[in-house]
Amino acid sequence: MSSVQGRRRSALVVAIVIIVAAFGYLLYGGIDKNVVFFLTPNELLTRGSAAYDVPVRLGGLVQPGSVKWDADKLDLRFVVMDSGGQSVNVHSTGAPPQMFRDGMGVVVEGRYHRNGTFESTNLMVKHSNEYRKPEAGGRPQEMYRSLQKGAGT
Amino acid sequence: MTRLLGSTSLLVALGVAIYASVALMWGARRKRTDLLRSGELALYTVWGLVTAATLSMVYALVSHDFSVKYVAMVGSRATPLLYTVISLWGALEGSILFWIFVLTSLSALVTYQNRQREGTLVPYAGGVLMLISTFFLILLAGPANPFGLVSPIPADGPGPNPLLQNHPLMAIHPPLLYLGYVGMSVPFAFGIGAVLSGEIETDGWIRLTRKWTLVAWTFLSAAIVAGMWWSYEVLGWGGYWAWDPVENASFIPWLTATAFLHSVMVQERRGLLKLWNLNLIVATFALTILGTFLTRSGVLSSVHAFSEGPIGRYFLAFIAIVLIASFALVAGNSERLRPTGSLDAAVSRESVFLLNNLFLTAFTITVLVGTLFPLVAEAIRGVKISVGEPFFNRMTLPICAALLFLMGVGPALPWRVATRDVVRRQLVPPAVGAIVGLIASLLFGVRSPYALAMFTFGAFALTANVREFVEGTVARRRAHGEAPPIALARLVGANRRRYGGYLAHIGVLTITLGIGASATFRTEREATLRKGDVMEVGRFSVRLDDVFYRQEPQRDVMTAGVTILRGTREVGRMEPRMNFYPTSEQPVPTPSVRSRPAGDLYVNLQAFAQDGSTATLRVIIEPLVPWIWTGGMIVCLGAIVSLGGGRKERAPAVARVRTAAPPPAPIGLEEAAG
Repeated sequence: MSSVQGRRRSALVVAIVIIVAAFGYLLYGGIDKNVVFFLTPNELLTRGSAAYDVPVRLGGLVQPGSVKWDADKLDLRFVVMDSGGQSVNVHSTGAPPQMFRDGMGVVVEGRYHRNGTFESTNLMVKHSNEYRKPEAGGRPQEMYRSLQKGAGT
Repeated sequence: MTRLLGSTSLLVALGVAIYASVALMWGARRKRTDLLRSGELALYTVWGLVTAATLSMVYALVSHDFSVKYVAMVGSRATPLLYTVISLWGALEGSILFWIFVLTSLSALVTYQNRQREGTLVPYAGGVLMLISTFFLILLAGPANPFGLVSPIPADGPGPNPLLQNHPLMAIHPPLLYLGYVGMSVPFAFGIGAVLSGEIETDGWIRLTRKWTLVAWTFLSAAIVAGMWWSYEVLGWGGYWAWDPVENASFIPWLTATAFLHSVMVQERRGLLKLWNLNLIVATFALTILGTFLTRSGVLSSVHAFSEGPIGRYFLAFIAIVLIASFALVAGNSERLRPTGSLDAAVSRESVFLLNNLFLTAFTITVLVGTLFPLVAEAIRGVKISVGEPFFNRMTLPICAALLFLMGVGPALPWRVATRDVVRRQLVPPAVGAIVGLIASLLFGVRSPYALAMFTFGAFALTANVREFVEGTVARRRAHGEAPPIALARLVGANRRRYGGYLAHIGVLTITLGIGASATFRTEREATLRKGDVMEVGRFSVRLDDVFYRQEPQRDVMTAGVTILRGTREVGRMEPRMNFYPTSEQPVPTPSVRSRPAGDLYVNLQAFAQDGSTATLRVIIEPLVPWIWTGGMIVCLGAIVSLGGGRKERAPAVARVRTAAPPPAPIGLEEAAG
């Protein structure tokens, strides 16, 4: 009786060890495949060919003058740069955030392709809790005034 | 004045809480009734002092007393009253104050409810609760003091975080979450109290513990669903769950508490899993503290952010103390936690519960590892990474499928041993349900294997759980000639724990259906429209009528007015908007949602031209999303039904139903609850 119980017990322990090991292996493999690195343009470019076609979060500033937005085709192109002067071309489909503008901090989720364009699937504006004075024309009332005049920016 | 009252109350409360924990524990150990009495009074006093401090803060917020640091941080004269009051939990200091208010209120309630109880369990539990309170009062006295003096006194403040004042659900979600989180301290205190008092070898404590776990679990479930709803209504992305660390932080202790609510039945009925259950209680509590640490210390934005503020270190130290002390206590008493029963057969209800716990544990570890991995990687290797959604989905969907399957098997199998005949009789109807579910989802065009598994196993479990209600009602009707609604009501009333549990299952299955359908059949389009332009999305056409500006006291609002058409018939107008708050450069999207049982039409204003000539709209058809919110309510209803059941009321009730039911009676009448 007790030897049966003992055998049962060791079988149970073996089963648990196998389950835990298999689960740990699955977890490790799953994480390894789905890690998304957060990189600056410089870090992305120094990775060379290892940077292509893997999911990445690219963080940096919108290069002034680089934003091209085609509202009818929902086609957005801009350049993300870092303080070291490195820059990456970004393409995305969909409207940019309303207050999207030159020099602001952004995080772009997507993949860097061999043609040198970063294809974005998600564009996030860096949240800053610090209060910054809105630029002239940037406040909704002012937009509204221009809206009434129908003048545009 | 308010400042002085608040900060003095908190300081005195700290001293009294320390005294209360010492008096209660020492008094319980030495059987000194005088000490126990004064410790109990001290516990009530802590509650009174904390309540006074909390009310002072609410008063300071409402009266715009900007000399108080916290008010200067989150208050503003323009904010509407509701959002002024709820900004109590809008930032770190206030949320810790609210936390300790909930914790001491629960401590006082538990102590008062059980004041006549024999033995030293309740004093020890009160002592543990006062120790936890001491930790939070230290936070409030030092690094998170909300009553600091501001000088010079500002004339006005910035107002609460825009995301928090944009939707009334923010008045509901955080208190529910805190009641759930803080509520888990009570089972923990009972568990530790049971070990310290020696009651661990009896059964009384587990009933109290189960009841309080269920109370906290109900709040936590409601909070998670309300959080999903808030995310859906405010963030403008049309989703409700993104495996974000903040979401995971509330979900992980929910998983361990769910595991406990199931495995505790095995302990009550069969005397097994005692050690495991105690570990689950400790783990659940530690995970709520970990969740608070993750969401409140700033560690998520950067590992280095939290080391700048002192609060993170306090939390880490507290978590370490809790884990080391409780696991040492549990391990030291493991001899007394030996099983008093044995597992008789591989196919039985208790073995289903074992598997359920195995999968829930795997679920917990998966989400925990995915959430903490980026923090560890940043701390050790200095790289900033995140773990993508595919990891969570791919890892957890098979676990979910297994849990759905077990949810159907469990109610069908009897305790101890299930014979082949019983298994066949009980599992054939759910299997038929599963086949119907599979065929239906194939006909609807579902092709993803994950979605097919969800719908198939969901239908399996739904059949099994609904069947319990139907069979029980039919049996009563036959035996007593009661009308079906009365038979159903009496059935549930006579056995609330069991049927409450099944109802909660049905709620979870409703949520599963909502998530499965909205993930599979979502239709989405984005387009830039000029006034008068129409875009087609599924059966609907959306016409942009106007883009207009409005000023509200605390914010500026840009609105796009759109008309919804089906064919040429106008069926409604929607006004998605963008709210601009003075504290934030970025507007807060405020999508407009038209909700019907079959699904939602979700319209978000993505962008507008500054001359108002065009607006970019994202239109999403989201099938069955309202079922998620309804399912959440069913889950809570089930839990509330289940809470009303006690052992005494049930025993004769079971006997009555059992005699009432003719032979091929529902096997499960042996009862889920203990």
